[in-house]
Amino acid sequence: MVRYEGKTVITLNINGEPHELAVRPSDLLLDVLREQLGLTAAKPGCKNGDCGACTIIIDGWPAKACLVLAVEAEGHVILTVEGLGGTAAIQKAFVEKNAFQCGYCTSGFLMVCHALQMQHPAMPEEHVIEEWLQSNLCRCTSYQEIRKAVHSMYNKEK
Amino acid sequence: MIPFDFVYCRPNTLEEAYKAFCQLKNQGKKTVYYAGGSEIITMCRAGSIQPGAIIDIKRIPECMLLSTDHEGLHIGSACTLNQIKESKLFPLLTLTCGRIADHTNQCRITLGGNLCGTIIYRETSLPLLLSDSAITLFGGQGLRTVSFQSVFQGRMQLSPEEFIVQLHVPSWALQAPCFHVKRTANEKIDYPLVSMAAILQDNYLRVAFSGVCSYPFRSTQMETVLNDCSLSCANRADKAAMLLPAPVCHDVEGSGEYRRFVFRNMVQAFLEDAASGQI
Repeated sequence: MVRYEGKTVITLNINGEPHELAVRPSDLLLDVLREQLGLTAAKPGCKNGDCGACTIIIDGWPAKACLVLAVEAEGHVILTVEGLGGTAAIQKAFVEKNAFQCGYCTSGFLMVCHALQMQHPAMPEEHVIEEWLQSNLCRCTSYQEIRKAVHSMYNKEK
Repeated sequence: MIPFDFVYCRPNTLEEAYKAFCQLKNQGKKTVYYAGGSEIITMCRAGSIQPGAIIDIKRIPECMLLSTDHEGLHIGSACTLNQIKESKLFPLLTLTCGRIADHTNQCRITLGGNLCGTIIYRETSLPLLLSDSAITLFGGQGLRTVSFQSVFQGRMQLSPEEFIVQLHVPSWALQAPCFHVKRTANEKIDYPLVSMAAILQDNYLRVAFSGVCSYPFRSTQMETVLNDCSLSCANRADKAAMLLPAPVCHDVEGSGEYRRFVFRNMVQAFLEDAASGQI
């Protein structure tokens, strides 16, 4: 059984690389990514699991990093926007369709869309796309452009 | 940021989890079992709770099981709503899980967490109440399996050191015709004004609700009325609204009067659709 008390060194697999980190059991993954590793793409928004600005991908599924303990993420594969390397289909589609305004929510949306493509390599039905996108908020209301970017991502992959 | 420290334990077996709970409790630490963690983290951050230790049950194989056999479906308590939904093994639970929180959170929230949480809706209880499901718990008596209804009266009735291992849904419920509807005040993703689940067993309608009262419920008295085909759909809906087991919730999501209105119309619409074979 694993037992952590006080500051402990753990190893997290982030963007394909192992990282040794000194964390407290109550440290949130979002804070560890941003403050210890400088991976600031995951944004603190509501910090309550509502807005999706901090969305990352864990084992191929989207997760809100504000609701994950860093110690919980041990043994899992974590992907952040930095791990996409600027070349993912969804990143190109966002640029092409101008699917952002202020950009604060963008990294969260990118990760949800990228996870959608990981789980559904072929274009899923529209209601599935809608269901996945409903996890994130864009206060600039770029929703239509984001939806177009998802379609573009799938069409380019054909 | 969570502004305090706690001990984190990640057992590999049921026994380890129980022993860790007892040891930490004996050390004077307020200890909680932990699965998806969304509610516990939120409450820790807000200062509503301050556990001294948490026991993460997600690496215990029995708690992660999701399989069927000749008896029915077995679901580990640490299975996420999304895993249950994607499996499509129990249609009514699939529908219910698909309307709790948003998709990303469904990838974190677990069945056990939804049942044991402090948020009053606990909508995953509805299909379990309707299907005569059983539940396996682990605690001081070791493993024990009992009917779900016997330990769920609006909320889980567990002793402090006990935790849910699995839920067991009988085979008949996996194929039975079923129905689920959830009405919210504004957004699709919101807490329910009224959430209704129904299942048909041997041509008898079973119905359970969440949101309308301060706890989820299944009422056999209400089911008797709803199955009385000598009455019109409107009449049955009126009578059902008179048989609510507790005062109607009245909060920022909706007034009591409005919830009762939504409840009544939802029931009537459902009965009319069922009568015309649309469900």
